[in-house]
Amino acid sequence: MKRGTSATFNRWFGRGWLGLGYLFLYLPIVALVVFSFNDSPIPNVWRGFTLKWYVALAHDSEMLAGLWLSLKIAFLTACGSVVLGTLTAFALVKYKRFAGRTLFSGMATAPLVMPEVVVGLSLLLMLVSVQRALGFPERGMLTIWFGHLLLGVAYAAVVVQARLQDLNPQLEEAAMDLGARPHQVFWLVTLPMIAQSLISAWLLTFTLSLDDVVLSAFLSGPGATTMPLVIFSRARLGLNPSVNAVATLIIVVVAIGVVAASWFIANAERKRQREMAAAVRG
Amino acid sequence: MKTLSSWMHGRTLVIAVPFAFLLVFFLLPFFIVGKISVSEMETVSFKDIVSWSDGVLSLALRFSNYVFITEDPLYFRTYLASLQYALATTLLCLAIGYPFAYFMARARPTLQPALLMLVMLPFWTSFLLRVYAWRGLLTEGGWVADLIVDLGLDQVLLSLGLIPSPGKLMHTPFSLVLGMTYTYLPFMVLPLYGNLAKMDLRLLEAAADLGATPWTAFWKITVPLSKAGIIAGSMLVFIPCVGEFVIPELLGGPETLMIGRVLWDEFFSNNDWPMASSVAVVMVLLIIVPLAIFNKYQAEAQEGR
Repeated sequence: MKRGTSATFNRWFGRGWLGLGYLFLYLPIVALVVFSFNDSPIPNVWRGFTLKWYVALAHDSEMLAGLWLSLKIAFLTACGSVVLGTLTAFALVKYKRFAGRTLFSGMATAPLVMPEVVVGLSLLLMLVSVQRALGFPERGMLTIWFGHLLLGVAYAAVVVQARLQDLNPQLEEAAMDLGARPHQVFWLVTLPMIAQSLISAWLLTFTLSLDDVVLSAFLSGPGATTMPLVIFSRARLGLNPSVNAVATLIIVVVAIGVVAASWFIANAERKRQREMAAAVRG
Repeated sequence: MKTLSSWMHGRTLVIAVPFAFLLVFFLLPFFIVGKISVSEMETVSFKDIVSWSDGVLSLALRFSNYVFITEDPLYFRTYLASLQYALATTLLCLAIGYPFAYFMARARPTLQPALLMLVMLPFWTSFLLRVYAWRGLLTEGGWVADLIVDLGLDQVLLSLGLIPSPGKLMHTPFSLVLGMTYTYLPFMVLPLYGNLAKMDLRLLEAAADLGATPWTAFWKITVPLSKAGIIAGSMLVFIPCVGEFVIPELLGGPETLMIGRVLWDEFFSNNDWPMASSVAVVMVLLIIVPLAIFNKYQAEAQEGR
């Protein structure tokens, strides 16, 4: 009897802890959305429903220009990060011995935790030195892209590496035994199996870039103000409902994108499992 | 033979391209920061440490910035405060995140992918905006501020010295640590979950058969086995927190000066690049040991050891 009650208590304690934890994680997101529709002079006290912040946003040329620039940089960052991150992951998973491997793996993971002010400052000072010697690059979109790429490669490498680690190497070996060239093995066998991690890595680095303040602040030049920089300068001054409106739009778009992508990934994975099961049955 | 040489070629390329990228964009900049931290500041820029004049090569190293950092109490206090806030955040994340990851890992297996997805989802929504949202929640009249005052918790915070007066929650050490804990909690939960979900539950059954209470088994088996996850998660939280800039800027106050802000001001307000570089070098020296530990555990986790 006593054992039964303590098990029930444990179950409910666990559920309660998880529930409160998720509430903690999602409360700010809910608040952002709710107060974007708030018709009140005090931005964090609810009074009534309005869409005026969204109307104001449509005429906010500073924010819209920042959004467009941020989307371009995020797209380029995500593409570059997935390519370089996949190469990094391959080098680390497939080749256990090469000169400087420890240094390489250290450099690949350090940007994950290195304070962004340090990364931003050091990249900027290097680019300034290069510019002195060669006369380019000017600070702007290109230099911001370099910074985001460095961060993105580290994140993409972790995501792809985790997937590569789980792969059964026998599939690749079998393909090679059957006469496939290394590049054919990669395109026909390895790539389809890691495709879902490439999609996750692309989405993750895209949102990372779309979100970054510190690197962009160091690396941007005149006329290259990304959306997070606009949001950050307004948020520093206080609560601003137009920021809530942008936030809500981003959250909606990202939620749709992530749900669609995970649905797609889950479907592809099920199909692959079915095919593999069928192949095993012969 | 041809396949072998093309394979070698592919291998070199796969390693060399990302290696070169990281060398140029990650390692080289650190050396440049080190160099600039010991060079002289001129009106708009810095002077080269090596100069060539009248056929004489001269090397001018200036360590006055470092002397200044060690002698000026402001820098010392700020470094110390940054380490303290980072440590407090790490401990809070562990206290909230460990049970969280534990209950996730022990939930019904069919539920676990959804629970994991729910932890990852906030990653995809802007971190800047979520930190900004806490401003609204903690400013007077906000949902969380009202709740804390209604429950009388502000008296507890006041007696702990985390807020200066009852009801004032924003721009205090409390709001700063809350914001950092909120932001970095998923970084603690994910490695812990990965670790706890892999654990062999038969060990606990064996412990129970041998007469251990669930509580003893938890401390003697589960916790030691999750050591790698605890360390990885703690480093993932601690290291970036030391140099955090955005969260103290949005949620901190005048008395919560952190080192990231000092670096920022030296660079953007004072335009003193050598000083900003020195602050960065000292920051890297402070986190180099945790960084090495993180790299070791990260490499081990990734290589499935």
